[in-house]
Order: sequence, then C-alpha cells, then structure tokens
Amino acid sequence: MSILHARLIAASLISPAGKAALLIALASVWLLACDGQPWNRPYPDASAHENVFYSLFQERPKHLDPAQSYSSNEATFTGQIYEPPLQYHYLKRPYELMPLTATEVPVASYLDADGKVLPDDASAGDIVWSIYDIHIKPGIMYQPHPAFARDKLGALRYHHLGDDALSAVHVLGDFKHTGTRELTADDYVYQIKRLAHPQLHSPIFGLMSEYIVGLEAYADTLKGAWGKAADGKEQGVYLDLAKFPLEGAEVTDRYAYRIKVRGKYPQLLYWLAMPFFAPVPQEADQFYSQPGMKQRNITLDWYPVGTGPYMLTINNPNRQMVMERNPGFHGDSYPAEGAAGDREAGLLDDAGKPLPFIDKVIFSLEKETIPYWNKFLQGYYDISGISSDSFDQAINIGSGGEVTLTEGMLEQGIELNTAVSTSIFYTGFNMQDPVVGGDSGAARKLRQAISIAIDFEEYISIFLNGRGIPAQGVIPPGIFGYEAGEDGINDYVYKASPRGPVRRPIEEARKLLAEAGYPEGRDINTGKPLVLHFDTAQTGPDAKAQLDWLMKQFDKLNIQLVIRGTDYNRFQEKMLKGTAQIFQWGWNADYPDPENFLFLLYGPNSKLGHNGENAANYQNSEFDRLFEQMKSMENSPLRQSIINEMMEIARHDAPWVFGFFPTQFSLHHSWVKNSKPNLMANNTLKYQRLEPALRAQLQNEWNRPVRWPLYTMAIIVIVIVLPAFVGFRRQQRLSAYQDKR
Amino acid sequence: MMPVLLWTDALIFMLTAVVIIFVIYARSKPHLRTPWYRVFRGRIAAASVVVLLAFIVVGLLDSLHFRLQLEDNGNSDATHYSVAVLSVLDVMLGPVRTQVEKTYSAPFATHLFARETIEREDGTKLRAYPRLQYGGRHLPASGEGKGRDILQRSLLALVEALLAGTIILYATAALLGRRSGRSSRRMRQLIIARQTMLPWRTIIVTGTFILLLVFLAVNLASAFHVLGTDKVGQDVFYQTLKSIRTGLLIGTLTTLIMLPFAIFMGIVAGYARGWTDDVVQYIYTTLNSIPGVLLIAASILMLQVYIANHPEYFETTVERADIRLLFLCIILGITSWTGLCRLLRGEALKLREAEYIQAATSFGVAHGKIITRHILPNVMHVVLITVVLDFSGLVLAEAVLSYVGVGVDPTMNSWGNMINSARLEMAREPVVWWSLFSAFLFMFVLVLAANLFSDAVRDAFDPRTRER
Amino acid sequence: MFAYIVRRLLYAIPILIGVNLLTFYLFFVVNSPDDMARMHLGMKRVTPEAIEKWKASHGYDKPLLLNSEADALDKVTDTIFFEKSLKLFVFDFGYSDDGRDISFDIGQRMMPSLAIAIPSLIIGLMVNITFALLMAFFRGTYIDVSGVILCVVLMSISAMFYIIGGQFLLAKSFRLMPISGFDSGLDALKFIVLPVVIGVVSGIGSGARWYRTFFLEEAGKDYVRTARAKGLSESLVLFRHILRNALIPIVTGVVVLLPLLFMGSLLLESFFAIPGLGSYTIDAINNQDFAIVRVMVFLGSVLYIIGLILVDITYTIVDPRVRLT
Repeated sequence: MSILHARLIAASLISPAGKAALLIALASVWLLACDGQPWNRPYPDASAHENVFYSLFQERPKHLDPAQSYSSNEATFTGQIYEPPLQYHYLKRPYELMPLTATEVPVASYLDADGKVLPDDASAGDIVWSIYDIHIKPGIMYQPHPAFARDKLGALRYHHLGDDALSAVHVLGDFKHTGTRELTADDYVYQIKRLAHPQLHSPIFGLMSEYIVGLEAYADTLKGAWGKAADGKEQGVYLDLAKFPLEGAEVTDRYAYRIKVRGKYPQLLYWLAMPFFAPVPQEADQFYSQPGMKQRNITLDWYPVGTGPYMLTINNPNRQMVMERNPGFHGDSYPAEGAAGDREAGLLDDAGKPLPFIDKVIFSLEKETIPYWNKFLQGYYDISGISSDSFDQAINIGSGGEVTLTEGMLEQGIELNTAVSTSIFYTGFNMQDPVVGGDSGAARKLRQAISIAIDFEEYISIFLNGRGIPAQGVIPPGIFGYEAGEDGINDYVYKASPRGPVRRPIEEARKLLAEAGYPEGRDINTGKPLVLHFDTAQTGPDAKAQLDWLMKQFDKLNIQLVIRGTDYNRFQEKMLKGTAQIFQWGWNADYPDPENFLFLLYGPNSKLGHNGENAANYQNSEFDRLFEQMKSMENSPLRQSIINEMMEIARHDAPWVFGFFPTQFSLHHSWVKNSKPNLMANNTLKYQRLEPALRAQLQNEWNRPVRWPLYTMAIIVIVIVLPAFVGFRRQQRLSAYQDKR
Repeated sequence: MMPVLLWTDALIFMLTAVVIIFVIYARSKPHLRTPWYRVFRGRIAAASVVVLLAFIVVGLLDSLHFRLQLEDNGNSDATHYSVAVLSVLDVMLGPVRTQVEKTYSAPFATHLFARETIEREDGTKLRAYPRLQYGGRHLPASGEGKGRDILQRSLLALVEALLAGTIILYATAALLGRRSGRSSRRMRQLIIARQTMLPWRTIIVTGTFILLLVFLAVNLASAFHVLGTDKVGQDVFYQTLKSIRTGLLIGTLTTLIMLPFAIFMGIVAGYARGWTDDVVQYIYTTLNSIPGVLLIAASILMLQVYIANHPEYFETTVERADIRLLFLCIILGITSWTGLCRLLRGEALKLREAEYIQAATSFGVAHGKIITRHILPNVMHVVLITVVLDFSGLVLAEAVLSYVGVGVDPTMNSWGNMINSARLEMAREPVVWWSLFSAFLFMFVLVLAANLFSDAVRDAFDPRTRER
Repeated sequence: MFAYIVRRLLYAIPILIGVNLLTFYLFFVVNSPDDMARMHLGMKRVTPEAIEKWKASHGYDKPLLLNSEADALDKVTDTIFFEKSLKLFVFDFGYSDDGRDISFDIGQRMMPSLAIAIPSLIIGLMVNITFALLMAFFRGTYIDVSGVILCVVLMSISAMFYIIGGQFLLAKSFRLMPISGFDSGLDALKFIVLPVVIGVVSGIGSGARWYRTFFLEEAGKDYVRTARAKGLSESLVLFRHILRNALIPIVTGVVVLLPLLFMGSLLLESFFAIPGLGSYTIDAINNQDFAIVRVMVFLGSVLYIIGLILVDITYTIVDPRVRLT
C-alpha cells in the first residue's frame, strides 16, 4: 500500500516541477516555431520586410498642439505633421529658408508711422511697421480626419456629439468617418490668433506680443470673451476666433494672408518655419472642444491635424507612437541641389523623386539608454545617437582629430554623421551675487581666474569623449557672427598658438585670483578660505562624477566649492530669485541668427525681475546698446564688427565660463539612405529612404541566438535534481522495507 | 585639526557604546550570556562575526571626521579650517584617495583603459593607451614586470599575514590558558584540535584571512589601483571602502531609530488593550498600507526642500549628505517599524495573561514597573531577532532606492550609487566591469555574513527553534 | 462572515482617510502648485502668467483646506483637498498633471503588470515549494545544509545584480530574447520570459528558505511524531501531513500579496520597459506628477487592505478551526 501511495505522491512532487517543465517545453516550442526569425526581435515577426522606420521616444511628447509645442522631442512629430509656410533647405549650408506651403519666401515691406512705404534699405530707427504678405499654394489638402467628415447633406458629422455618441469612443480611430478639406489662408491666421488663446498659454506669446501688432490686446479680448462663453465651465467651451479680428494677422484672400509687425524684425521669417505658425483648421479646434473629448484625451495635443507627409495614427504614450503616410499629401520632391560634397556622398541620388519614401514610422518607448544602444547594434533601431558610455565601442579619433568608426561598426556597415550643434553649455556666475557677481575689478578677476581653471577641454574628453568644441564666445560655428581662427579667441582664457587656441596656464589664474584679493584661495584681509557654491539640479548616475570633477577644477585654485544639489523645481526657483551663485545652463538655438544667442546676455532679458533667458543676470549698458543695434540688422560686415565688439565686452566681464558647443554624432545603419544632419529643420523624415530587404537580411545575420547556455542550464538542472531524486527513491525503498518489516 | 561630529557619527558611536556596555553587563549575567554562547559556538556564525567586525572597524574609522587646519598665511590671527571633511579612514588610505587618474583604468592596470590621442615630442600624434599617472608608477614605462611585482607583493603579504596569524594564535592561547588555568601550549593544541568551547580555530583562521586581505591591500593598493578607477579616475577600491560606512549606517541606524517607537507602541498596545490598542493598530495599518517607495520618495523630496531653504545649516557637502542619510534612515525606520510593533503587540498580549504578571497586577505593582520588569525582558529576543534580520534587507534596499533616485545623496559613496553608475558602464565595449564587481563583492560579503549571523542569532534566541 | 467583512470594510475607511491626509500633507505642503506648474510647462520661456493659467486649469489655484471666500458648503468643497483627495474615495481619479485620464491609463497598464507578476508568482511558488520540500525531506543531510547555504547566498545578492546580469548575459550576449520592450497578445511572450525568470530566480533564496522553516515547524509537531510512530513512511508523512498543513501559512502569505500584484514591480518594469503600473509609478515620481502618485498611494492602500481581508477569509477556508467573529 505504501509503495503505491509513495508513487502517487512522487508524481505529485514532480508535478509542480513537471508543470514548470511543461511551461519550459511550451516556451521552447514557441522558440522553435519562429525559427528563421531571430528570437530577440522586439517587434511582431510579420513586420520584418515592411518599409517601416523604427525609432524611439524616451519621454511622452507633452504637447503636439502647434501653439504649445516647443521641445525638440515634440518637434520629431510636429515637424512631419504640420506644415508652416516656410522650411529650411535639407541639404544646403549655411541654413537657407525656402518655401514649404508658401509660393515664395516673403519679403518685408517697411512702413513709417504714417503708413508710407519706406525703401528696403531704410534704417531700423525709421521703420515703424513691417508687413509680410504670404501667399500659399492652392490645392493642398489636409490629412483625413473626423473633424472634416460630413454627412450626406454636407453638414459636419461629428460636431454635435452627445454623451451617447461618445460613449464608445476611446481613441480618435473610433470615429468611423473621415473627411478632408483644402488648406486656406484662414487656417494660418487662425493659428496666429491661437497664440493668444487664454487656455493655451503658448510659450512664445510673450515674445510675439512684442512684435505682432495688437496681439497683446487680443489676448485680453479673448480672455473676456472666454469668460463669457465658458460661464464657469472648464470644458466643452468653444471660442470662435474668426469672430475676433486681429490687426497683426489678416486674411487678404483665400490663399494669402498678411502679418504686421512692430518695427523691423527680420527674425520673423525663421519663426515662420516653425510649427507655431503652422495652419490649424477651425473645424478641428471646434471638434476637439466638444464636451467629453478632453476626458478621452482626444485633443489637438494628442491627435494633431496637418497637411504634412505623415499623420499620427497611434498615440499610446505607454508603449508606442505610430506615424503613417498621409494619403492626401500634396506631394513634394527630393531636392536637386545641395551643398558641396553632397553629390559625392550620394545625397543627390534621389533628386527629383517624389517624397516621402517611408510608409510608416514606429516610435517605441525606450527609457534606458543601454537597451536603446544594444537594440541599435542588433539592427532593431535604424538610427541612434551615441551615448558617451558606448563611445569607445563606436568611434576612433584619428591622429589628426578626424573621427572614424571603429572596425566593428564599419563591419556592420554603420555610418556616422557629425555636426556641431547650435547649442551652448556654459557655467554661469550670478552677477547679482556679492562675491562672484558685480562690476568690480576684483570680482571680474575672480571670474576670469575661474574661467581659466575650469578645463573644459578635459571635460569634453572625459564626459563627452571629445564630442564638443570648447567655446570661445557665445556664438557656435555655423551661425553668423562666429569667428574662426585667432580673431575669435577668448584672450582672457586662451592664448593663440600655431596649433589653435591653448588654455592659459593655471599660474595666470592663480595670479588673477591673488589680484582679486584671494591669494592661495584665502581672503587677503581675514585669511578666511574662499568658499563658493555651485547650484545644480543634477542627479542620476553621472552627476557624482561630474561634480567631483568640478570640485577638482576649483581645487586647482584652492577654492573650496560646495555643491548645493536640489531638485529641478527648486533650482528653477533659485534661478528666478537670483539666489544661485554658480550654475550650469544650456541654450538650444531657435533659429540660426546671432540674436538668438547674444540675447542670453542682454540686460532687459535677465532672469531676475524679467523672467527672461539671461540666467546670469548680466547687465552691461554698452553691451545692451550694441545688442539693440545689432538685432535688427541684416548679416553684413558691419553686423560682424558690432558682434565682435559685444564679444569682447562679454569676454572681459566673464559672466560665463563659456563652456562648449556639443557636437552631435549620430549613427545610422547601411539601409538608411539620404541621412544628413540638419539642426534647424524638423521635417527631415520625408527625405529618408530605407532598404527593408537588406535590413531583414542583416538582422537575421546579427541575431543568431547562442543556444549552448540553454543546454548547459538543462544539464545543470538535471545534475542537481537527479541525485536528489535518487536519494528520494532510496529512502522510499528503505521506508517501504521498514514498513514490511 | 578640528573634529567634526556629524549626526550619524554621534548616533553610531552612541550605538557602539551601548553595545559595549551591554557586552560588559551581559558577561556577568548567565541568563544573558548563555544564548550568546550558543550563537558563537557555531563555526559559521563565529566566522561571520569576525567578517562583520572587520566591516564595522572600517565603518567606525570612517566615522571619525575632522577638518584639517589650513596653513597660516600670515594674514590673520584666527585659524581657519578647510571645508573638506575627512575621516581617519581617508587619512589611512592617503595615496589611494588622492592619486586620481584621468579616467577609467582596469584593476592593476598601468595604462588607461581607453585609447587617446597622444602627442609625441616630434609633434606627430599617436592613438594609444596613455600611461597611468600613479598606477604602477614604480614600473618601467611599458609596464613590464608587473606580474612579478604583484606576486612579490602578494607573497610578502602572505608572510606578514601568517606571521600575524601565528602571533594571534599564541596570544589567544596564552590568554585563554591563563583564564582556564591550562598551559598555553595545551591551549594551543586544544584550539588546533577544535576542542575549545568557542570555535577559536575558525575565528583565528578567519581573522588571519582578513589580515591577509588587509596586508594585500596595504602592499598592493599603494602601488596599483587594485580594483581599477572610475570615470573620473578615482580609485574604485577607495570608493568601495567608503561605501561600507553608508551600508552599515543604513542597516543599523534605521533600526536604532525605529526601536523606541516600535517597542513602546507595541508593548503598550498589547498590554493596555482598549482604545490605546485601537489607536496603535490604526497608526501602523495606515503607515503599512502606503507603498513604501512612494512614502520614501515624498519624504526625501520634502527634505530637499528643507535643505534648499536652509543652506546656512549645512556648511559642507558632507554635512548635507549626512543629513540626507539620517533622514533616509528615519524614513526607512518609519516604514519598517510596523512589523516589529505588531509582533511585540502580539507577544505583550500573550504575556499579560501569563500567571506571574497576573499575580504582579493583583499585588498592585505599577503598570510601568510591570512593563519594564516583566514584559520588556521577555520580548527582547523578538526585538533582537528582528534587528538582526532587518539589517541585510536594509543594506540591499539602499541600492534599489538609489536607482529610483530617492536614496542617499548622489555625492555620497554608497554601493547603490556605484551600482547605479556601473549600470551604464556595462553597455561599454569592452565592458567596464570592475565598479559593478567591487560593489557586488563587498555588498555580497557583508550581506552574506549578516544573514549567516542572523540565522545563528535566531536559532539561539527563538524559543521555538531552540527546542529542536 | 458577511457581517465580519462589512465590519472590516468599514474599518478600512478611517485608514484610507489617514492615508489620504498624510499624502496630501506630503505632496501639497512639500511641493507647492507653482513647482508643479513649472515642471509641466517645460524649460523655455515660462512666464508667471502661464503658471497661474496652468494652476487654474488644473484646479490647483484653490485654497488647500478651507475656502473662506466661498459660501456655506462650498467652504469645504471648493478646496484642493476636497477636489483632489476626497474624490479618490469614489474612485474618481481625475487627470494626471499632464492631462491624461488616470483611470484609463491604469486600466491599460494593469495587464502588462499582471502578465509579469502572475507567472512570476505561480512559477516562483512552485519552484520554491519544490526546493523547500527537497530540503525538508533531506533535513539534516548535506543536501539540506548546502541547500540552505545556497539560499542564503542567493538572498545576499541584490535584485539589481540579477537584473543587470540577466539582461547582460541572456539578452545581450546570448541573444535569446529581446533586451526590453513589450507587445500585446501572444507576441508578449518573448518579452515576458526574461523578467519572469529573473523574478523567480531572485526570489528563490528567501522563498525556499522561508517555506523550509514552515515545513520543519510542522515536522516537529506532535501529530507528525504520532504519524511517524504509527509507521507511516517518511514521504507519506511529508506529503500528507506536513505539506498540507504548512500550506496554510504559505497560502495566506501569498493571498496577502495577491491584490498588490496589480501594482507591478518597480524594478523589473522600469528595467525592461514594460508599460505596467510599476513603471507608471516610477515615471510619476521622476516627473513629480503628484496626481498620479496620489492615486497610486491610494490604490496601494486599498489593495493592501483588501489583501488583509482576503487573508482572514482564507484562514476560515483553509483552517476550519478559525472562526471569524
């Protein structure tokens, strides 16, 4: 009896393990079933050969509404969906504006106070108004969208939805019918009015209200009207902006509109190439403002409507976002001319061919950089930036400083693009601070000494693996006003040499420090050690290394640096209140004009009191005067000389340690064609082309699974379980024997 | 030199003092001594105690903080002190701390880990691995003869350790012999034959092994970066040693802070019952039901606000990091005291029905006296077991919290911070493995020793397991 | 029994109120609505007006606890506390600070969390029990001793190492499965394997050791001795008596966890980019999206309390001696 029982029980002992084995067996069946495909493909197997571009997003784009969207991760989407009147040429350098939906790049006409037309070369002081007339191409259609859907009678189908009609709706795709409509000038004007909408708080409203005539008062008008229309409600309110005219933006005919600006503001053209000035159809705005839409996340922020080559079809911030080709796209063709060397690089092979090339783009959520990089190497992402940590694997820097890929990368056929980005990272001094700030000679010398001591060459080499160039001033290369060679050297920190600028020796910094009243880092009067404070919001794994490095730099001067770490919000608050002492900050250019960099040091733009972007709160009346003169000038030798003068002032006062201009390295696989970095244009996706067959083949080659560990594991499990099992049997037999006895 | 007493230093020394006083007290009380003898009789437990002691010594050395006096430059009468807070351990490790390379280098390397463009004297440039500034400085430029050098130094360490081990053996035998009235030779034989009450042979062997590691470190770390260097060229061995204090503090201070609450609330609730019991139960159920990570995150954010608003209280980075560490311990304590409190409540409920306490109550003994005289001593084993068991869990938790971003200050050396940055290094090719490995090794040894020790403590003190 | 459950549910209400007050204090006193606004408006060109507008549109412009300007009942109801905290009780989770419907997101993210948590739990349970049974069966032998030591060793390794090591070896070096990611339906299988394996392996040490003590505790009881004395074989005693009785603490230990499975695993989900509730929580902490954090705290508390009630009920089912009164 006991033997029988024991057997049964033995079976039940095995059964949990048995079930696990069954599961493993099932899993291996699945693994074998998809043989031929790599096991580690992070997408459905069926999609291997499709003309689909695989990319990623690290964070959900917060705004896709063109009035609000400003971040670069949002531009990845908005750039492909919305079409502002202008765009940057994809290939030409320096950056050049060209029409997108406009028929040509508009030319401003200038008026004086009486409304009389002035000649084009009129001085900026005489110009009171500038007029831009923009003509758009007829026949451009919007992407299919339910907001345009009409029923048989021609009435808009989804504009009077009740709760019943919405009950089954969770995503935009749940609306069965779609429609389209031709793009008109009304839509552009409508969007300019939206910049002043009280519910949208557009980030450029403050800036634009200084220029676009009547925009500031318009915001007040709308606020009043909104209060009346909303009547205490927070949702489901629609304000028809067409009913409220705006002086600065008017429709002149179906395909033309006019923007009126105060004074001379040539930078407006750059703004016209940004999604802020893209068209928004009034139907869409009305459609999205219906009650119940916002609860379902059906808003313009989630489902943009545009005329561009792509449309956003899936927006699931938890997992993926998908853009698909807009079936009604008006058509565009690949540029026939480019910059020097583009033809040789094969960038003009597709000249004249219809755009876009790619059918669909899948952005997967990928927060961690390690999987991102590894999946790129496995061929599952088509493009990648290089994080500093995977750098050694990817890049060799040649003896002349030229950058090439390592053999491993070259073997995989990976290609590299580099570009000095139009950004600057700097270490700022709060000029309101009693120790490091102010206009006194001592404080200036202290700042200059620190500027020499912080060795950004070393920083770039350690933390960026050479992907950046030390800044000699505010303006990065590639932007008008940048001066290469000896003329552009920051004399206070560098010395010219035949091999380029060389950082001044630390002894000079020590001397400056002594002159500033802190010999050996001690106050000359009290003997107290000089203690400075560095404010930062940096956390994360890399922060400690960077902060250690920074302390090391100050230590060279015997200055004791105390790190005051805090969270991002506190840091922002400190900056706003001007209570920080030393900090690091960066700026990413909106458009390729020196004004967009020099305004970072313009007094009236300071953070303290004006909430501007001048984070150092730097104030120099001569600098400010020159800035006002420079900002509305066309690029010319005169403008250059003014900029040089301004640079000299800034270098002398040293409100910043001019850190570095990061270089962008981006990699793409051999099956991605027509890749050229363009730091200004956002709508670059339509130019890219893929060779999916090559991709599928290479992915298979690169991802053959290594199977021996599986077998080894199986053997180990057997080795562990078998003696136990044998022992178990033996004991059973023993006890059975005892039973019998 | 100006001694600096950080909050955590004060607490850790207080804790040490309490433990020492307890040991002295317990030696004279047989009922306290016996279970501890039971703990130390196990060889594994004895060995892990030796390992733990080694960690504790490092942690204590690292808790003696001071600020160095700045050289007098003749400008003023007052003496001034450097802002940098150092510990005795920093001083002992001297060169290991200060010899900072440029960036990554592998363990025992003589050259940097990554190639760099080097300019030669004739002006031509070369892509090569630059020589380290300090690592293997005594070797020729090519790094030749490294293997032999390491071997020599290791052999020297071995000899030193054996010597030290022998001395310890003789000393122990002499001491034990005098106490038990045996000759020290006889005692040595007993030790070697493992015939002593406590496993002295295991203790001495483990101690010698640790000494071997110490001598190895002394001989090698002065000449090489034994565990490599990190991204900014700091010695990983140094960082790992500095992390020991953080790990120990989190493991011990957390329980130290929560103990008074847990004991008081638990016993009072179980003893008094009625509405007191309801209130205590309410408090710990409420705290328990909040997901721990979220509570910790919110509290750490709150602390950051406080620090940002009161920079004047925190003169140095170390002080700020210290407050954050202390606060983390408090928060961890708040989230973890509930378990012990519940256990104690249950024990107190049981004990209050016990006859001798009923008797004491009927004799009119004051409640406070009953609690301190009768209940508290009888639940101490529960407290002890919980404290020891919690220790390893807390050390492990630190790593996870650092990953979430609510752990210790990023400027502080801790295994969590090391693992967190090493995560990114694993994506490099070739892999930079030594930071992760070092953190893993030290953490593993500490937690393993603590776990083995806690097993022994539980077996010795838990009345249920004792029966078997 | 029914009355008991009702009473327990009623008892849960003051606890949830306590949780709510505590989180409310932590989140609103710590980070003022201004901070949240700045966080969510992004980096460039943020004006004070924009902050005011953001606060107004998210309902953060009201007084915290008492609205002295409003009349009568509105004094209490037209406040942040009422709007943001008390509404949780009717499971009206509202919107995250960046405008998402939280209930909808939770609904969507629950499945991936469960897809990891349930297999990990079941497989882990089977593996741990098997392992513990083996050790209990061979108690006192070298198998038991080495098993316990192996458990302690496995326990002493931080979960971070299991994840980093597993990802590095299995996914990167051996290319056996995708490094991270998730998919819906059956396609999810290949993404789930690695996290589940890691989840199970990292739990073996403490799990098996813990269960072993249950088994040994039962083994030392009088009825087991009696059974043995009757001459029942060791294996019969083990399976018929010990396993069955030791399952009571094991099952109740699992039951208390069941509801919390919904919360997902913070570490696994964020390392493997699984769009579950665990990574949702981590993201919310990192983005300081307090609307979500508040909801997750509330949800966690509710689930915890449900877990406690479930345990009590299970006791009555598995152990007839326990009567709920």
